[in-house]
Amino acid sequence: MANAVGLKPEAIKAVPVRHPGRWVAAIVVGAIAAYILYTVVTAIQNDHTAQGSGWAAVGHYLFNTLIFKGILVTLELTVLAMAVGIVLGVILAVMRLSPNPVMSWVSWLYIWFFRGTPVLVQIFFWFNLNLVLKSIDIGIPFTSFWLHANTNTLIPPFMAALLGLGFNEAAYMAEIVRAGIISVEHGQTEAAQALGMNRGLVMRRIVLPQAMRVIIPPTGNETISMLKTTSLAFTASVTELFTRQQQIATATYDVLELLIVASIWYLVMTSILTVGQYYIERHFARGSLRGMPLTPFQRFRRMLFTFHAPPPAPVELPVSIPRGH
Amino acid sequence: MSVAPMVKAEAVHKSFGRLEVLQGIDLEVSAKEVLCMIGPSGSGKSTFLRCINHLEKIDAGRLSVDGELVGYQQRGDKLYELRDAEVCRKRSEIGMVFQHFNLFPHMTALDNLIEAPIRVKKESRTVAIDRGRKLLERVGLGEKVNAYPRQLSGGQQQRVAIARALAMEPKLMLFDEPTSALDPELVGEVLDVMRGLAEDGMTMVVVTHEMGFAREVSDSLVFMDGGVIVEAGNPRDVLTNPQHERTRSFLSKVL
Repeated sequence: MANAVGLKPEAIKAVPVRHPGRWVAAIVVGAIAAYILYTVVTAIQNDHTAQGSGWAAVGHYLFNTLIFKGILVTLELTVLAMAVGIVLGVILAVMRLSPNPVMSWVSWLYIWFFRGTPVLVQIFFWFNLNLVLKSIDIGIPFTSFWLHANTNTLIPPFMAALLGLGFNEAAYMAEIVRAGIISVEHGQTEAAQALGMNRGLVMRRIVLPQAMRVIIPPTGNETISMLKTTSLAFTASVTELFTRQQQIATATYDVLELLIVASIWYLVMTSILTVGQYYIERHFARGSLRGMPLTPFQRFRRMLFTFHAPPPAPVELPVSIPRGH
Repeated sequence: MSVAPMVKAEAVHKSFGRLEVLQGIDLEVSAKEVLCMIGPSGSGKSTFLRCINHLEKIDAGRLSVDGELVGYQQRGDKLYELRDAEVCRKRSEIGMVFQHFNLFPHMTALDNLIEAPIRVKKESRTVAIDRGRKLLERVGLGEKVNAYPRQLSGGQQQRVAIARALAMEPKLMLFDEPTSALDPELVGEVLDVMRGLAEDGMTMVVVTHEMGFAREVSDSLVFMDGGVIVEAGNPRDVLTNPQHERTRSFLSKVL
């Protein structure tokens, strides 16, 4: 006779496979890492600075006012350059997919040029534009309506860096957005068209919100990358984090200590962005999963409980997403 | 005096590249009539349906809805292509239901229903929400107002999709194999909603494989094969006493 209904056999208890190799590898890697760390840490410890040891100097400069001012400019530049990149990128992507050949080709040409030249060259270009172009004049031909601006006042160093970084970013964002748009199933466009929605509405209300799921992760990547690339603004003498640490280092000769200070702040900022990206992705996963993906903290808690790598999302979680109307 | 038919097709042709999918379709659907179109896959019935709301452009012939040409305007003996805004306005008067529902997955059931009335017809939010709730009630999903499409079964999704089309208060409803993607046990609930619509006097063109529905609900039946209408007439006559060999062999396989 088979088991009676509802009678579950005992759970399997077996000796798990042992992995001695992993332990050996962990010890070897750990030893090498410890040695490298020890060498660097003592080298900086032995450095002579005004504060005594090198680490004392790192601690001293970490909360320096100039460094904080630099961080502020770095953040400002990152936010503005990404804003320019995203807005222009979306416009370029929509233009690229437009049935209008003029739009499509203009977009292609823009992406070809700005993606094909180094961002450093572009920053330099804007920074040095006043060498050949003393003023910029915009107006309607054959009339007296003309706007005149001196190139130097129109493009100060910060603006040069912003234009270089933002316009370059737009070319990359355009490709990311385009990939997102074409990832949305064509049936969505048809359903929206069948309801009488025009091209703009279909894009804004139906396609782009769904494309966000594909667009957000690489955009987070781009933002993190941008945060670090802003250090190129150094070449346009913008006083962002890298420039500030360089200024202090030239005065005090504590070169490595200040590079460590800058690295610590870059790492802090990119770490915050990484967590932020996770929450934005969760927001746009709305409606696509039955459960929501875990937050980094939930994953961490779970890992503590199980002593294992976090399990793959998704798990069953109550979905209650507030939606403002 | 005669009223213009809701849909009138005269010698409608449509090709995709070299493949001629529609090879001269003549057909009329009068107001409040339910027309079912059956036929093997690739026979052109879905393509014809999509031509009616200009999701596909026809190559030759004349196709009109409610007395107005689809996609063109005639002035003198010249045809002018309609501007996008005009095409959109005409589409907004025709409801369409798709095989794969195509609900907007990032919106709740109610948001799916009120989107087009608010954005396209510029209706006020309160009016749209009010009608949306009533329509969801009507298709038996009154308590699913805030559910996302992925949280609904196939049958429920298709009923929301029908409600979404009805929210625009169309004068004509097109159904493109509305039950073909559903589990057999979910087909009934969708057909029930469609039957209700037919009883309320909605003009409907239905591409379907549900012969029972075609027999009971439709006023006329069209059998298509190879881009032409092989046989048309009263559904009971066509289904029980087909005149053409091709109709007979098709029906013997599906009945």
